[in-house]
Amino acid sequence: MSVRMPVLLPVDLWALGAVIALSVGLMVMLLLEWAPVRPGSPRGAILSLLTLAAAAGSVLYVRDVARSLFGGMFVHDGFTVFFTILFCAVAALAVLLSWDYARRTRIGQSEYYMLLLSATLGMILMAASNDLITIFLGLELMSLALYVLVGIRRARLESNEAALKYFLLGAFASGFLLYGIALLYGATGSTNLTRMAEFLAASPLQNNPLLIVGGLLLLTGFAFKIAAVPFHMWTPDAYEGAPTSVTAFMSAGAKAAGFAALLRVVLHALGGVHANWAPMLSAIAMLTMTVGNVTALLQINLKRMLAYSSIAHAGYLLVAVVAGGHEGASAALFYLAVYSVMNLGAFGVLTLLGRGQEERVTLSDVAGLGFRHPLLGVTLTVFMLSLGGIPPTAGFMAKVYLFGVALKAGWIPLVIVGVLNSVVSVFYYLRVTVAMYMEEPALEPVGISWAAPGVIALMVCLALTLWWGVQAHALLALALRSVQGLM
Amino acid sequence: MIFLFAGFAALLVASSLLVVLHRNPVTSALFLVLAFCSLGGIYLLLQAEFVALVQVIVYAGAIMVLFLFVIMYLNLRQDVERGVQTAIRRGLGWLVGAVLLAEAFALIAKRWQVGPVSGGPEMLEGNTQAIGRALYTRYLFPFEITSLLLLVAMIGVIVIAKGRGGTAAADDSAEEKP
Repeated sequence: MSVRMPVLLPVDLWALGAVIALSVGLMVMLLLEWAPVRPGSPRGAILSLLTLAAAAGSVLYVRDVARSLFGGMFVHDGFTVFFTILFCAVAALAVLLSWDYARRTRIGQSEYYMLLLSATLGMILMAASNDLITIFLGLELMSLALYVLVGIRRARLESNEAALKYFLLGAFASGFLLYGIALLYGATGSTNLTRMAEFLAASPLQNNPLLIVGGLLLLTGFAFKIAAVPFHMWTPDAYEGAPTSVTAFMSAGAKAAGFAALLRVVLHALGGVHANWAPMLSAIAMLTMTVGNVTALLQINLKRMLAYSSIAHAGYLLVAVVAGGHEGASAALFYLAVYSVMNLGAFGVLTLLGRGQEERVTLSDVAGLGFRHPLLGVTLTVFMLSLGGIPPTAGFMAKVYLFGVALKAGWIPLVIVGVLNSVVSVFYYLRVTVAMYMEEPALEPVGISWAAPGVIALMVCLALTLWWGVQAHALLALALRSVQGLM
Repeated sequence: MIFLFAGFAALLVASSLLVVLHRNPVTSALFLVLAFCSLGGIYLLLQAEFVALVQVIVYAGAIMVLFLFVIMYLNLRQDVERGVQTAIRRGLGWLVGAVLLAEAFALIAKRWQVGPVSGGPEMLEGNTQAIGRALYTRYLFPFEITSLLLLVAMIGVIVIAKGRGGTAAADDSAEEKP
């Protein structure tokens, strides 16, 4: 009866640095409430940026080390490093976008940033977990924080409705996921993904009903989180009702986290039974792309439109997951990085629209914007072109690589559906540009709340979108290197 | 031992019946507490002291307090039972009850092989210690994340439910003078 305490080397502490930094940061933020500041103070935002920088820096410091900690529950490999940096960057950009937005919409500062940090921590845990228990806990940590963030503007009815819907459906999805995990544990005897993969490789019992039902439930749970059709119902309402800065954060971060966990589970644990789940996921991918794009055509509210567009992008990403292998995974990583940047940018422009507490995010609100604020108009146009996948933007490179990988893997019908959908999507993305340059505002023109941090974030997104559109090699190589340890 | 078991079992059956049959919801809820406690006693007889304690602390303590809060909040003095829906619900209740009863009889009627309780070396220590040991060594990482999860949940509840003072008041006044 020996007591085996987990032994941590210094390098392990660096690898755990992101988790430690974020936990400490959010607790410090809580304790600082003891010394209150005036409502508009940027203390929370600055503290969050420092925490995120510390988290990213500590993981970058040991980026070439591969470690497996706590009995294989937490792994530090290229995949973890890639996603940790991505989540920290997404959160930092979201903090910059929230800087002024949270102040002018009178969102309580410290709790807002605290929840933002805990959601980021949950995302990092999801990407770094090699065990279904910790994946579930990370997912819950992220989701709980996001439920509250969506409903943080309690005086707004839409915000309350969005939070309630998101919470109920999210809790339901968590139930599915947990039930799936329990069944898979029953079928394979382990919650550790590596051991599950070993069991599946050795076991002739691949038609075990427990395994199939468990896997289906698990995939259903993930499909809820990444907003894949037919489990996408919560997305438009949650995205529309949430404060725009939160929408920006969750549309990029939560989706990337869902895909990170999905990639690990599907390609690592279930990689050996690829032929069993790939046809089903490809059907979901087709449905997701089509429903997302066709419904987006009908939207007038830009937040709703971008919500459906994010559903469609989940469909494209599923194509990469279906293609599988190192190339499919690297295509997914590449696409996720590009998608995060351009989506944060698009929502970021929306955070600047309107003064005070007003929310002006419909098509008629951006009418004529291109002439009154040329720079903002050009910026939004670039993000829209990138989301639509038009060169020379990053969105084009990401789509080309993704569909190329799927073609090479032989998923030709899937690629055809995807390309047709991209063509459809161009219509509604360009409609925003048309409204900005060719229509006159019906109501009084929308006021712009200029703020330096938000503009800096937008410039970063814009620069990356254009840079990766021309020079994608570095990111692509990085994505390929990051997935080496995955399979 | 068998007398203790009979006592707890009788108490459990009697209090469970009273939960269903008593007309006052608050009294029903209190009988449910008694039912949980006697169930905890049975767990104790099975040498599952951790489950017994959790049963009393979590169910009889926390969850029942929640029940009582809800009952008192809704101000249900006595249940009103009218209409077709209630009749359907009652019918369903009888049906499910009958199925469960049949299942129980089927299980009791089966001849069970009674053997000694198989215990590994783990049985030398109490199961509370064993759980604690596993929790703080093998499952240390999930345990720590769970603590964070609870912290975030707590903060979330406070953010959502805090009184209309502070920032919320500023919110309202700002909305009144656009």
